[in-house]
Amino acid sequence: MSTLETTTETETEEVEQEREETPGDRRRELKRERAAERERRVEAELDDAENTRRLKVFRYDPEVEGKEEPRFDDFVVPYHKGMTILDALIYARDQYDSSLTFRHSCRQAVCGSDALFVNGRQRLGCKTQLGDLDDPIRIEPLPHQEVVKDLVVDMQHFYDQMHAVEPYFDPDDLPEGELAEQRQTPENREYVKMATRCIWCGACMSSCNIAAGDNEYLGPAAINKAYRFAMDEREGEDRKQERLRIIEQEHGVWRCQTQFSCTEVCPKDIPLTEHIQELKRESVKNNLKFW
Amino acid sequence: MSQSYDRGTVEDFGRWREFSAGMWAWIFHKFTGWVLVGYLFTHIAVLSTSIGVDPASSAVAGQTDLYTTTLRGLEDLLIVRFLEVGLLAVAVFHILNGIRLLFVDLGLGLEVQDKSFYASLVLTGAIVVASIPTFLGGAI
Repeated sequence: MSTLETTTETETEEVEQEREETPGDRRRELKRERAAERERRVEAELDDAENTRRLKVFRYDPEVEGKEEPRFDDFVVPYHKGMTILDALIYARDQYDSSLTFRHSCRQAVCGSDALFVNGRQRLGCKTQLGDLDDPIRIEPLPHQEVVKDLVVDMQHFYDQMHAVEPYFDPDDLPEGELAEQRQTPENREYVKMATRCIWCGACMSSCNIAAGDNEYLGPAAINKAYRFAMDEREGEDRKQERLRIIEQEHGVWRCQTQFSCTEVCPKDIPLTEHIQELKRESVKNNLKFW
Repeated sequence: MSQSYDRGTVEDFGRWREFSAGMWAWIFHKFTGWVLVGYLFTHIAVLSTSIGVDPASSAVAGQTDLYTTTLRGLEDLLIVRFLEVGLLAVAVFHILNGIRLLFVDLGLGLEVQDKSFYASLVLTGAIVVASIPTFLGGAI
């Protein structure tokens, strides 16, 4: 009897031991350990940091039960001099919630993928310094565009409007020889220089409430793109006429009501309203007939 | 494809604290424009019903025109005098901002568009304050 009991207990222990050592259990245990370690590291980092900043981040996930309703999540991040909004978001995602979703790519204000609505203004996450903002830092997706998840908006309409102005260099004549340069005068280059700086971030379009109310309005970015080519001396007169025809339509330049919102938020400092106004004047001159 | 969340118009206008000078200029210009249109229609309505001879007065004093009677009646009301001050404010701002927009259209002063808006507001305020003795004189 005693031997039987001992055998049974040993078997039970072995079975329990086997159960504990399933790969799933090991993974879960490892995950718990990593989470605890991460928490300790975050605590230590927050204690060591000279000061911390609080982020209020817009969250929305229509595909997860219980997260369909938009809400704001708070994240406390350690602040270091030179830290940007994008750095803070990456910290929050890596240390607190891996499901936090936002776009970013080059991290140096060139790709335009991390345009966000921070403390009531459209800004590039990678260009905006945390130190310049008041606490708590409210981070939301770009307004006037549909939110897909968290800070990610659907940019399709913006891209459609950009493509509507045919944003491609299209000269009448090509220079002789395949490798010959397509020369432009320095004065003309200077004239269109600012317009060429557009990074397609969509901040201007998001800040324009005329664009928000009129889905067909080309928007500041697209008009700026048209300006860049219409004012380029290397494109022929016929092509310029074609571009003016696109921008002087009902939902083109004439929809702009000079609110200057686009110019104020442009992260590349493009004088968008100025360009739109100039195209308005070009359009008028183009249609003036004295007979 | 996930379902998208549209934040809607109400939230957009709930962000009024974030509006900048150009945006306020646009809102005030629209608002004052509609007020002026409303005033013009009211003006036409009042004038068109004030043509002819006042039957009550003509019976007694004879030949007092209805226009004068109506206008005097209106001017005797303190609220009308205050409304006239408001009308002046609305008209002056609309005119000044209109001139500002004309310059913007011509590409002049684009970099001081916010300052010119504040200047329009200050000038409107100064003109309205200066007009108060004329409009409210003898009424209070």
